[in-house]
Amino acid sequence: MTESTPLLEPAVRSTSVPGPVARSTPVLEPVTRPPPPSAASNALAFGWRAVLKFKHLPEQLFDLVMTPIMFTLLFTFVFGGALAGSIGGYLQYFLPGILVQTVVFNAVYSGMGLSTDLGKGLFDRFRSLPIWPLAPFAGLMVGDVLRHLIAGAIILAIGLLLGYRPEAGVPGVVAGFALLLVIGFGVGWVFIVLGLLIRTPTAVMTLGFGFLFPLVFASNIMVDPATMPGWLRTFVDVNPVSLMTTALRGLLAGTVTVAQIALALAAPVLLTVVLAPLTLWLYRRR
Amino acid sequence: MTILAPSADSPALDPRSAAAIRARGLVKRFGDVCAVDGIDLDVPRGMIFALLGPNGAGKTTLMRLLATLTRPDAGSATVMGHDLVAAPQAVRGAIAMTGQFASLDEDLTGRENLVLLARLWGFRGRAAKDRADSLLAAFDLSDAAGRQVKNYSGGMRRRLDIAASLLVTPGILFLDEPTTGLDPGARQGVWRLIRALAEAGVTVLLTTQYLDEADQLAARIAVIDHGKKIAEGTSRELKAATGSGFLHVALADNDRIDEAARLLEGALGGKAQHSAEGAALSIVARSGGDANAAIGALLAAGIELTDFSMGRPSLEEVFFALTGRREQEGEEAGGAA
Repeated sequence: MTESTPLLEPAVRSTSVPGPVARSTPVLEPVTRPPPPSAASNALAFGWRAVLKFKHLPEQLFDLVMTPIMFTLLFTFVFGGALAGSIGGYLQYFLPGILVQTVVFNAVYSGMGLSTDLGKGLFDRFRSLPIWPLAPFAGLMVGDVLRHLIAGAIILAIGLLLGYRPEAGVPGVVAGFALLLVIGFGVGWVFIVLGLLIRTPTAVMTLGFGFLFPLVFASNIMVDPATMPGWLRTFVDVNPVSLMTTALRGLLAGTVTVAQIALALAAPVLLTVVLAPLTLWLYRRR
Repeated sequence: MTILAPSADSPALDPRSAAAIRARGLVKRFGDVCAVDGIDLDVPRGMIFALLGPNGAGKTTLMRLLATLTRPDAGSATVMGHDLVAAPQAVRGAIAMTGQFASLDEDLTGRENLVLLARLWGFRGRAAKDRADSLLAAFDLSDAAGRQVKNYSGGMRRRLDIAASLLVTPGILFLDEPTTGLDPGARQGVWRLIRALAEAGVTVLLTTQYLDEADQLAARIAVIDHGKKIAEGTSRELKAATGSGFLHVALADNDRIDEAARLLEGALGGKAQHSAEGAALSIVARSGGDANAAIGALLAAGIELTDFSMGRPSLEEVFFALTGRREQEGEEAGGAA
């Protein structure tokens, strides 16, 4: 199979090159371009790069899961009893929320990675290649999906160990993870845009968390908003993070309504529709 | 200077081959700054062509325009026969660019970087790995293939960066300051590589702020300053255009150098250049007679000379003569940093 690809054409070899260059002569035999790859093939190549990043930087996975693990343990054992009356009861309420929080915070790392790549001139090479222009971003998304799945699985496993029980069983968990990936995909665009606009990765992180903390904490992730003052409850009720958390709770418990799912999907869909073209425009403009 | 003289500096061209680059009136503005201000460029196929100029002259922006990384605000260009604005994807298929800053993934190994790019070019599976391995071998990087790029030396990084532009032999290779930051040995290695590529038929457009680099490598040089092309030709032509000869004088007394410069400028016109070493001046002299008169003027003023000579200008003197003229026009000189 490999023989059919014209890797090295022996016909033209420069013979007049003096000694010191001899070692680089094989390069100089003209290598023609193979048939252009598909957009999907381009995206897969970038996805492979994202997988390699996990292999070479296992510590980024550590960052990724440590915070949610600590949140889970802290809230369940320290605050759980006081907040919900019992540790088990609180875990049942809190675990879907921490999954949403994990996925939303994960998106920040994606933006940081993009900002790092852009600062190093790596994307200049990608942009000078005859590839599908959105392929590098599709690759980032593949990395994000992997991150969400790994972090989500670890959190869920810890929850199950601590006594969390998804009433809807395996189908509920699968549907819940599908929703999490859609949420991650939608929120991911925000940080891709930030990554394109901001040159320093730490600024992306600061801005990202500064933007996300109010959304995550002024939501129904940690506590039932019933005890909050009226003005805050008004915000919490329309906060997209609350809507996503409500839908995920419903999916895992088997009580979800179509309206809840539609509301949870509204923000990710809107973000994608607005920010994907903006991403392409920003990327080409640079 | 549009006609190439058949000299050692300008190899004979095949008149049938279309130009590798043909640009007309390219303009790129960043806010109020005109980084590229109406540049015309003709680069024949198979030539090493240098864009020479100080930092901030617009060389890199011009290269980025030609490599489709940024869109021109005005003007047009074809690259390997493809229109820059109308068919950028076709241009990308015919070029490769090695930027000023290593365009590699530091976290990946050298081999993984090349395999990734090979896949993006359309090599599949085993073929992508084979292509990466043959490049690694050719660039003397086989031993380091499995190491992360962040552990590479500057020279190794540069070699890998250039290898990353050769997965498919490009029609044009853009090299932005290919030897900046390299030690002399690594620099020589990159020069040998560039020459070998040109011998294999690759058109090379490189930017440099090193005059010797342009002088040694390039068949043709365009001098860029303030976003404009202020001169173009072979190294020999540029030197000849600056003046048939250059008068160099060295003074015994450094304190009188300004007075000496005024006298020389008075006798010969033009602008005297102070050499970096101190009490030496050089200036364009049209003939031996003019030079003789100028030296006479110095001696008549009682300025003692330790040395004087008449010779062809160095490319460095050409460069300063060109940018110095602009200074006299009242613009801020670029100054080779």
